[in-house]
Amino acid sequence: MIETALTDLWYGFGVAIQPHNIMWCFIGVLVGNMVGVLPGMGPLATISILLPLTFGIKPVGAILMLAGVMYGAQYGGAICSILLNLPCHPPHAVTCLDGYPMTKQGRGGVALGLTVMASFVGASWGITEMIFLSPILVRVALEFGPAEICSLMLLGLLAGSTLARGSPLKGVAMTVLGLMLGIVGTDLETGAERFTFGMTHLDDGIELVALALGLFGIAEFMNSINQVTSINTKYTNVRLRDLRPTKDDVKQAIAPMFRGTLVGSLCALIPGTGPTIASFVAYATEKKISRHPEKFGTGLIEGVIAPEASTHSSVQGDFIPTMSLGIPGDAVMALLLGALMIQGIVPGPQLIKEHPDIFWGLVASFWIGNIMLVLLNVPLIGIWVRLLTIPYKYLYPSALFFVSIGVYAANNDMFQVGETVVIGILGYVLLRLGFHPAPILLGFVLGPRFEENFRRAMLISRGDIGVFVERPISAVFIGLCVLLIVLQIYVRLRGPRNAIVTPPVLETVE
Amino acid sequence: MRPSRSFAAELVRNLVRKRDFYAGGLVILLGLVMALKGPTYRLGTLMHMGPGFMPTALGVILIFLGLLIAGAALGVPPGEDEDILPAHPEWLGWACILAGPLCFILFGSFFGLIPAIFACVFVSALGDRNATVRSAATLAAVVTIFGVGLFSYLLQVPMPLLTWRGL
Repeated sequence: MIETALTDLWYGFGVAIQPHNIMWCFIGVLVGNMVGVLPGMGPLATISILLPLTFGIKPVGAILMLAGVMYGAQYGGAICSILLNLPCHPPHAVTCLDGYPMTKQGRGGVALGLTVMASFVGASWGITEMIFLSPILVRVALEFGPAEICSLMLLGLLAGSTLARGSPLKGVAMTVLGLMLGIVGTDLETGAERFTFGMTHLDDGIELVALALGLFGIAEFMNSINQVTSINTKYTNVRLRDLRPTKDDVKQAIAPMFRGTLVGSLCALIPGTGPTIASFVAYATEKKISRHPEKFGTGLIEGVIAPEASTHSSVQGDFIPTMSLGIPGDAVMALLLGALMIQGIVPGPQLIKEHPDIFWGLVASFWIGNIMLVLLNVPLIGIWVRLLTIPYKYLYPSALFFVSIGVYAANNDMFQVGETVVIGILGYVLLRLGFHPAPILLGFVLGPRFEENFRRAMLISRGDIGVFVERPISAVFIGLCVLLIVLQIYVRLRGPRNAIVTPPVLETVE
Repeated sequence: MRPSRSFAAELVRNLVRKRDFYAGGLVILLGLVMALKGPTYRLGTLMHMGPGFMPTALGVILIFLGLLIAGAALGVPPGEDEDILPAHPEWLGWACILAGPLCFILFGSFFGLIPAIFACVFVSALGDRNATVRSAATLAAVVTIFGVGLFSYLLQVPMPLLTWRGL
């Protein structure tokens, strides 16, 4: 088994080092890293903006680039939280707690250097996990019928919406709304037009790009306009030689690095717990086993290294269900899956077999991309740091133009730009009412497949809804769903939410 | 029953001050639209589902969720941040952000890519509190040059640079 995995990996490297693929991967990590550094731009917005630009590229190049953007932004986000105390990207919120005090003590460079190291170790472990676990999952999943697929999707949707940030009830409501938005357009089976309200432009359904850019572009800009405080650049003066940690620093960092990696990979195995939860759990674990827990928050290396390693290992691990089962764990994965679907590739367990170049090329490119990131981050740190000072007032108008032309270029259709504006307004209203719009994307991407499989399952079972609990594998998934709901209710009734999951309140920039 | 009525009034007064009450209301509204519109597409049977089955089912689930969200707000006293509008509403900023892409549609459909980029960036840049006409115009000019180079020459987005389609 190890042998086949290694041959496949070898083949993947062959795909990934083809000149155009390596170029797309490089562009992806570069742009991702750059945008991740910019305060106020998350990976979701970046991937959505770049998505239309990838339509002209071959599927392999497109997915390598978009994935590169995602993990590139992870590296960039760490810089932003350590040097500025700004959690531009939720998984890095805990990194601020000890990273910023380190910066204040003049050890920000060391923190960054060790973070790059920890990120690489975390990511490498996540990739290894992906190489060996995905084929096993696929072998199991290929036996699934429509009923099993349906229950598995239900589990994925439920986990993705209840374990993410905010109230679980609201998360589920957003997922259902997403499923609903996925229904808009012509029904594939009967040809009936649903919820198009007579607009022929909506016959093909709501465009993924328009939805993503409305929710994560326009709505986010409305949320942060004139709210972004001016940035304190007192400590951002980091040069290359500041990055080099001392021997003691490295010695102190190694154990937390591996513990963080382990926590992250365990979190990746539980559907729905993305990098954010992984980083909080890693921080809490470090604090719990530490001999001096009271010192956390004053600039301890462990408090920076463990969450960062954990984030990266869980991000790579999140690709496992996405690529091998076709079930994304969070909105970023849903977006990547959507990008594949736009390219005409059907996600699911058959993907690895039918498109080995995509899967193994992606795995290999992770390694190449992560090495590129290490090489990029170390010498270019001065440029990244200068990027931090770009004011928001220049950023968002330019981004709005990218949003407009990106949506237009997806289908050369101005109607969809208008669609984006409408979705943006809806997204902002939802944000103000305390909803997190990310699960909408999850529902939207899975919606059509969920309906199709549900219909098929019902047809096979002759309309007997009990089929979902009669088939053993499906019953296990349904059981897990029930367990998830019961757990949520239990946590709710027991009082305030568990401290691990609640993000700590961050001090504002002085 | 007097005391219970005043208690009910108190509950209602508490409720309308809560954000979750409106959140639940919005979810119920969306659910109602789906549940009422769904059956017009033919429901079918469980074995042969029609196109209306899924929307109706999802609509009913949404209504249920909306009731739960609003109902959960009933039990807790109002928190600190219950306002639907933020503390400092940015009406101008919001209007400019929404007007940017709309300008792109308008100018893009009638006059071509260059005016579209310029108008989109210029109008949205005006939304910042410290923006002046001059700073917005400068930014718009820079982005226009960059955008034309990237999208028209490099990526070949099929849109004329300058045109006149009349109004």
